[in-house]
Amino acid sequence: MSSSPQTLFQKIWDSHVVAEEPGAPTVLYIDLHLVHEVTSPQAFSVLKERGLKVRRPERTVATMDHSIPTKGGYEAADELGRIQLRLLEANANANNVRIYGLNSVQRGIVHVIGPEQGFTQPGMTIVCGDSHTSTHGAFGSLGFGIGTSEVGHVLATQCLLQRKPKTCEVHIDGALRAGVTAKDIILAVLAQIGVGGGTGHVFEYTGAAIRALDMEGRMTVCNMSIEGGARAGMVAPDDKTFNFVNGREFAPKGAAWDQAVARWRRLPTDAGAAFDKTVTLDASTLEPMVTFGTNPGQGVAITQPLPLPSSLADANERAGLEKSLAYMKFEAGKPILGQPVDVVFLGSCTNSRIGDLRAAAGLLKGRKVAKHVRMMVVPGSQSVKQAAEAEGLDKVFKEAGADWREAGCSMCIAMNGDQLSPGQLAVSTSNRNFEGRQGKGGRTVLASPLTAVASAVAGRIADPRVLMNQS
Amino acid sequence: MSAPKFTTLTARCVVLPVIDIDTDQIIPARFLKVTDKLGLGEKLFCDWRYLDSGAPNPAFILNQPEAKGVEILVAGHNFGCGSSREHAPWALVGWGFQAVISTMFADIFKGNSVKNGLIPVVISPDAHAALVALRAKNPDLEITIDLPSQTVSWPGQTPLMFPIDPFSRTCLLEGVDELGYLQKFQPQAEAYEAAHA
Ligand code: SF4
Repeated sequence: MSSSPQTLFQKIWDSHVVAEEPGAPTVLYIDLHLVHEVTSPQAFSVLKERGLKVRRPERTVATMDHSIPTKGGYEAADELGRIQLRLLEANANANNVRIYGLNSVQRGIVHVIGPEQGFTQPGMTIVCGDSHTSTHGAFGSLGFGIGTSEVGHVLATQCLLQRKPKTCEVHIDGALRAGVTAKDIILAVLAQIGVGGGTGHVFEYTGAAIRALDMEGRMTVCNMSIEGGARAGMVAPDDKTFNFVNGREFAPKGAAWDQAVARWRRLPTDAGAAFDKTVTLDASTLEPMVTFGTNPGQGVAITQPLPLPSSLADANERAGLEKSLAYMKFEAGKPILGQPVDVVFLGSCTNSRIGDLRAAAGLLKGRKVAKHVRMMVVPGSQSVKQAAEAEGLDKVFKEAGADWREAGCSMCIAMNGDQLSPGQLAVSTSNRNFEGRQGKGGRTVLASPLTAVASAVAGRIADPRVLMNQS
Repeated sequence: MSAPKFTTLTARCVVLPVIDIDTDQIIPARFLKVTDKLGLGEKLFCDWRYLDSGAPNPAFILNQPEAKGVEILVAGHNFGCGSSREHAPWALVGWGFQAVISTMFADIFKGNSVKNGLIPVVISPDAHAALVALRAKNPDLEITIDLPSQTVSWPGQTPLMFPIDPFSRTCLLEGVDELGYLQKFQPQAEAYEAAHA
């Protein structure tokens, strides 16, 4: 045992080393492997070609989320999607892997159901062929996205070859003001560091503002770590973490629970442990944030004017900003407030949990979505959907004129029938505003659920604090 | 299925100087419904490469005559950010690229690339700017990527070292199959599982 102070990341990494050969990456043990229909078919094919089976089916969980339609009543948006969904089912069944399939009442977005069912636990290594696996780090686990070749590696061996990344502390002090949320924190971090700022690093979010967040808020923050280039984002586990996990279907029970909690309490970063890098932010100065460009790092406080390309010294960055503004049809130096909105999308693994829906419904109640706006509300899982319906949130959305859907990735990725038409502007609670991400030619403004609702009601990009003060 | 191999390459390049090119641009999500790796090269940079009518966009670099037979892409900073989709390197390789030169690559993209024999070559911003300027004057400019010496060079440029994970380099030079390598550690994995049960 080393006596020098260690970070949360280091503790998890060290306790998962299976083998190390000189010159080669570490062979790392993977506790939980989440699988979905889009990034797994070619990996299962490799297993089949080599006559291999999934080595630890009990550590593997499959769900359908990306290609699945959210309309209900039919199976897939098109023939290719149907084949993909059927193939996942066949591959899971052939390998005894648990699958949340088409008709499962617990099916949902992979990063929503992991925590919801209690698969995600502190101290674990968690991977998925999906970059937003960083979400699971909210529980004090090491969760990161992998490519399809690596999906095959984990399926076949339960291990992964990995080089140890560097660590970066993202320290966020201060208290959030009313109308400002976890989503605004992470959009502000990204605006500060840019989309490449975390490359090669794992983030650990620390500070009073992070401790004050509930588990859903921490998931929202960790989810978008990858948008800063970091493969993982982590938050030290505490009583909030344990309370969230306790009692869930796949959480430890009885004496095993007590032992697990005792183990998890030793995970937080030791006083004096060193990070390779530190980023700081004061949450008390934040306003609601929106993106204006075509990557998640291009964000501004909602009341601020859009940046001027001439303010950038680097020619490539200037060209990038000009290209983004041209695609978005936004004018440099002008306010983003008041830009007309066509679609509002409330959903995705960033903001589709019950707390997000409650916050959104709370602001929308008794109000109407502007006539020209299409608002889609897509719960992150069928369980979230049922919980929301039990509370009557679906009625609030429907009465306001919003579309209440079945669970899935939906318009976050636009490969399942839900998408923008060319030129449409969406305010979305998802995590990526890349060109065409929500449909070819579509324009995306990323924001919090509160900002999304305020914009839906106004029919224009609107500050949620104004609406909150009217109630 | 054999592991990809790479030793040296001398080839012409095209320049796509855009920064932060994300994987949704390299291969849009609507093409991720495939269950194999075939045909993705035709969809590479689809929304930049084709007009709304479906016809090739003549302004896009890959549609210009000089792009024919090119095997190296010179791209802007932070290439391959965004999703973990391995479809991105599959599409680049499917089109015919064997290497991408940039000043930085996103982590997952970089890992996915080497597994498919696509070499991510990182050079300094100054070298990158010099290369782009030189290529603008000479469309026939040939770049040499030499994996054994881990260098990249072009006429007038002394070989520049580029970073690549030594293990990935060995795998590429010797055609080592990573899954096969990992399988050798199954006894250790079993011991690990026994100790952590
Ligand atoms: S909701 Fe969006 S970001 Fe999340 S897993 Fe689905 S497609 Fe990926």
